[in-house]
Amino acid sequence: MTVGLVIVSHSAKIAEGVVELAAQMAPTVAIIAAGGTDDGGIGTSFDRVQAAFATADSGDGVIVLCDLGSAVLTAETALDFADAPERIRIADAPIVEGAVAAAVTAESGASLDAVLAAAQDQAPAAAEAAAPSSPVADPAAAEAGSVLEIELQNEHGLHARPAAELVRTASAYDAQVTVNGVDAKSMLRVLALGLDRGTLVRFEATGQQAAEAIAAIEALAGNGFGE
Amino acid sequence: MSGLDGAWTRRWIEAVAAQVAERKAELTALDRAIGDADHGENLDRGFQAVLGKLEALDDAPTPGAVLKLVATTLISTVGGAAGPLYGTAFLKAAMAAGDRPELDAAGLVEVLAAARDGIVARGKAELQDKTMVDAWTPAVDAAAAAGDDVRAALEAAAVAAAAGAVATEPLVAHKGRASYLGERAVGHRDPGAESTSLILRAAADTQ
Repeated sequence: MTVGLVIVSHSAKIAEGVVELAAQMAPTVAIIAAGGTDDGGIGTSFDRVQAAFATADSGDGVIVLCDLGSAVLTAETALDFADAPERIRIADAPIVEGAVAAAVTAESGASLDAVLAAAQDQAPAAAEAAAPSSPVADPAAAEAGSVLEIELQNEHGLHARPAAELVRTASAYDAQVTVNGVDAKSMLRVLALGLDRGTLVRFEATGQQAAEAIAAIEALAGNGFGE
Repeated sequence: MSGLDGAWTRRWIEAVAAQVAERKAELTALDRAIGDADHGENLDRGFQAVLGKLEALDDAPTPGAVLKLVATTLISTVGGAAGPLYGTAFLKAAMAAGDRPELDAAGLVEVLAAARDGIVARGKAELQDKTMVDAWTPAVDAAAAAGDDVRAALEAAAVAAAAGAVATEPLVAHKGRASYLGERAVGHRDPGAESTSLILRAAADTQ
């Protein structure tokens, strides 16, 4: 079981498009579109949102991404009527970026709070400011072999799909992992690095499974990050 | 009649539906200026759905039962921000009315205040944000100041809501689609404040 997502948009096409994009990076996560009014118009439908909450919740909870203001109002109203409101969180996040980040994190089996944090993680400017607080490997860890430097070979750089592979891999280990100084478990921060082909990329890890995490990332890099 | 009973509540809602149908183009025109041009259509769809469901109520419903039916119907049929906002308002009003068979002036003030508090909580808007709160809050205050006569309280609420709606015209919007316009929203009346005025005027005119 994983955390599910609900995408609430004024437009059915936007909701479906966000689901299509996020699902590509998180094939096993339940991502449910709740866009448009009941008769297919522009607006949001309480009934659709309510039904989507029920469909997306496997028991581990639901993160809700909304577009414009009244989508939030409708989602909050549906939350008031939900059977298990304690398992539903409305993310304060941009709908596309937030959905992708949440989906990738949910795919790794993360908790509801962790998926919410992933959605609400602020990209690029705020990520820069927050970077110093990200865990950075100390020299002792480096000696333990938990540093890896590679030259990025992917033709289009570390774009969304390979970045998602990296985030999933890093998230699978009990270790703090950074990529060029930012949290490698944060989809938005990894994407904000804008790593192009040929870039020298440095991974550092600390913690219980630091060596395993670096070994897994090395294997993933050797495999072109799944491309 | 001393107080406002379920039959009165039903006549009021029927009057609101008729007024919304008659003035939907006007409400939508206000929304076209500063929003997304659907307020009148959306409210009309909601209240027409309410009319269809009033049939299902028993012969002597309580005011609370009528208000709750309006709430659940608006929430699921309106489709824009007005759905959750008015839906929440009517739901909180229904809860405040409880199973009382009729409302006196004090009961009316409780119900109006609960509706206003529901809108404030849902929309997180304050006075002067150029929203329906700018019509609701003076209406609640005026009803509370009107004394023990329920008809006088209704009339005072309607007059204050109308004035509150007019007073949104010079304001800069801080909520909803209109907030994207900044200074360009100045000079336009908020459509939600105007529909609030319509709803409360219908209440004052319902015998």
